[in-house]
Amino acid sequence: MSTVRKAYVRPLDLKNGRVDMTHGSGGRAMAQLIDELFATSFDNEWLRQGNDGALLPTAPGRLVMATDAHVVSPLFFPGGDIGCLAVHGTINDVAMLGATPLYLAASFILEEGFPLADLARIVASMASAARDAGVPVVTGDTKVVERGHGDGVFITTTGVGSVADGVRVSGDRARPGDAILVSGTLGDHGVAIMSLRENLGFATVVESDTAALHGLVAALLAVEPDLHVLRDPTRGGLATTLNEIARQSGVGMLIEEARLPLREAVSAACELLGLDPLYVANEGKLICICAAASADAVLAAMRAHPLGRDAARIGTVIDDAQHFVQMETAFGGRRIVDWLNGEQLPRIC
Amino acid sequence: MKYIDEFRDGPTARALGAAIARAAQSERSYRIMEFCGGHTHAISRYGIADLLPANLRLIHGPGCPVCVLPIGRVDSAIELALQHGVILCAYGDCLRVPASAQMSLQKAKARGADVRMVHSAADALKTALDNPQRQVVFFAIGFETTTPPTAVVIEQASRLALQNFTVFCNHVLTPPAIAHLLAASAPGAALPAVELDAFIGPAHVSTVIGSQAYEPFVARYRKPVVIAGFEPLDVMQAILMLVQQLNAGRAEVENQYTRAVTRSGNLKAQRIVAEVFELRSRFEWRGLGELPASALRIRERYAAFDAEQRFGLLYRPVADNRACECGAILRGLKQPRDCKVFGTACTPENPLGSCMVSSEGACAAHYSYGRYRDFAAQESA
Repeated sequence: MSTVRKAYVRPLDLKNGRVDMTHGSGGRAMAQLIDELFATSFDNEWLRQGNDGALLPTAPGRLVMATDAHVVSPLFFPGGDIGCLAVHGTINDVAMLGATPLYLAASFILEEGFPLADLARIVASMASAARDAGVPVVTGDTKVVERGHGDGVFITTTGVGSVADGVRVSGDRARPGDAILVSGTLGDHGVAIMSLRENLGFATVVESDTAALHGLVAALLAVEPDLHVLRDPTRGGLATTLNEIARQSGVGMLIEEARLPLREAVSAACELLGLDPLYVANEGKLICICAAASADAVLAAMRAHPLGRDAARIGTVIDDAQHFVQMETAFGGRRIVDWLNGEQLPRIC
Repeated sequence: MKYIDEFRDGPTARALGAAIARAAQSERSYRIMEFCGGHTHAISRYGIADLLPANLRLIHGPGCPVCVLPIGRVDSAIELALQHGVILCAYGDCLRVPASAQMSLQKAKARGADVRMVHSAADALKTALDNPQRQVVFFAIGFETTTPPTAVVIEQASRLALQNFTVFCNHVLTPPAIAHLLAASAPGAALPAVELDAFIGPAHVSTVIGSQAYEPFVARYRKPVVIAGFEPLDVMQAILMLVQQLNAGRAEVENQYTRAVTRSGNLKAQRIVAEVFELRSRFEWRGLGELPASALRIRERYAAFDAEQRFGLLYRPVADNRACECGAILRGLKQPRDCKVFGTACTPENPLGSCMVSSEGACAAHYSYGRYRDFAAQESA
């Protein structure tokens, strides 16, 4: 056994250390942070190349690229943290075009003084989410901003994926008569985050639904390759996402309130806070619009998948020059489900 | 959800709708004003109008605390935050209320004002305790429901002899506003208004002031009031009770919301409000103008906690946009679609008038939940 200590480097103090300006300066401290934390956690053959970019083999089919910045507060919440959220969010954006996600890039903006122990927890969570999803983080970047100029950590992830021939999922393909499906209960993520906000102070059992949805998408495409629209209802919730699709496709929508899947605890929390669960964010749900003829098969495939057990068919695409999303209320009346106005909650993803 | 779903049951709603249709006499019309924004919201959100006969019209009243807040008072709040450098604590729905010069508290915040959203008056007091080196002002708004908690924090601040906490009081009163609308709709009134047949009385306000607060003007103007809860079935049952009163020629205060409202109300809350506040001789309501004895101010003995006194605020009234029809809409003379700026210059994102400000306002509720009807009517015409 050698008596010479490895490179005379004092290891990062991941227990009590804090981020300082040198971690982003390009010098030795930054190299050490990258080596000991990021490269070790995300380890894969592309990252090991050690270049500023990753050299990747070409993939068959058309390429999809998506990017997503994550600024959630608080950083740790029931059911997840900013790390796994940053992986799931971008994988889902890629998957919503019917693509198989292949690679991720991650860039971190760290605030001076941020505890390295928290950073290590976040990076471990990201690495484990990427591994579980089978989508490696192949390149990245780190910057440090002065104390007071950030909020702990912001993470931007970019994803690349490929779409098989014959798959033409797009937000402009909803057609009158199509069925509207949702893969599970609504509003779980937003309520989980809300339950931690300092001035709300109520304890809830709701966990964020943060999850990578590409496996579910693959299961749906296996039964119906011609899905028309897929989209994950994140910020602004189901209501805002349906309005986006209605406008993009130039159609209207009619949904039925009684068919919307909602957890009891989410309904109760929204009731108490005066929020409408239709506008509360999700991070592990998707909306699927497909031809009415294949709706039953697609719904069955959703329910057979662990991330789609509570899936439901919630409505129909209709012809409407005004592109309104309307809802039959459980009460028996009808109303518009409009775009989110203003913000319901700041910084939820 | 237990204790909630029972009050939103579809089959019961249809049965009540049918009962209202049977009770309503086809040869007359029923013009019922729901005073309270909470009812306006429930009516729009659940689509209650779809379940009512055509000769029964619901007129949305001015009982939305954010909507009736005049521009000049919001200007003063912005002045406190920007010029006096205080921490201004406000309820979330105050942040977007349009003020002069295209400002709002939210825009002031973007310009460096320390504006903080609170969920209760107690949160504002806590902010003062947590920031002893800063002046903290609570922007207090609302009807009788939010007034007692404001009184409680003023009383607590007084006991703690806090030097850095004041309240900018904008609390208003329900009965004078209803009386004003009735006077305006009476024959020979100075301002034109639609004649109202009956009122749905407020839910939460009535838990505090009690049903007897409505008895004087019911007797004077001979218009029935039924106090109703905020759940959609509450509203429908109240409508049925009002139709029955009108058919029978009765004008009484009835209480549908018996699970929460008594005749005398919450005496403890009334006592603390009377201890801390007194009547203002007059107060401007956005959309309605100046109403006598319709608002509260902080009593002299608590003057140390009155932001208007500590910061020497001067009230400057500011007129609404001239194209805005909020005044006529609040009096039932016009509907949102009759306003030229509705949905064009005035939208929930950029409200010009008071009725578009909060989701409880008549225009915002129609925009967010019901505007598809205007297009459907246009196409079938």
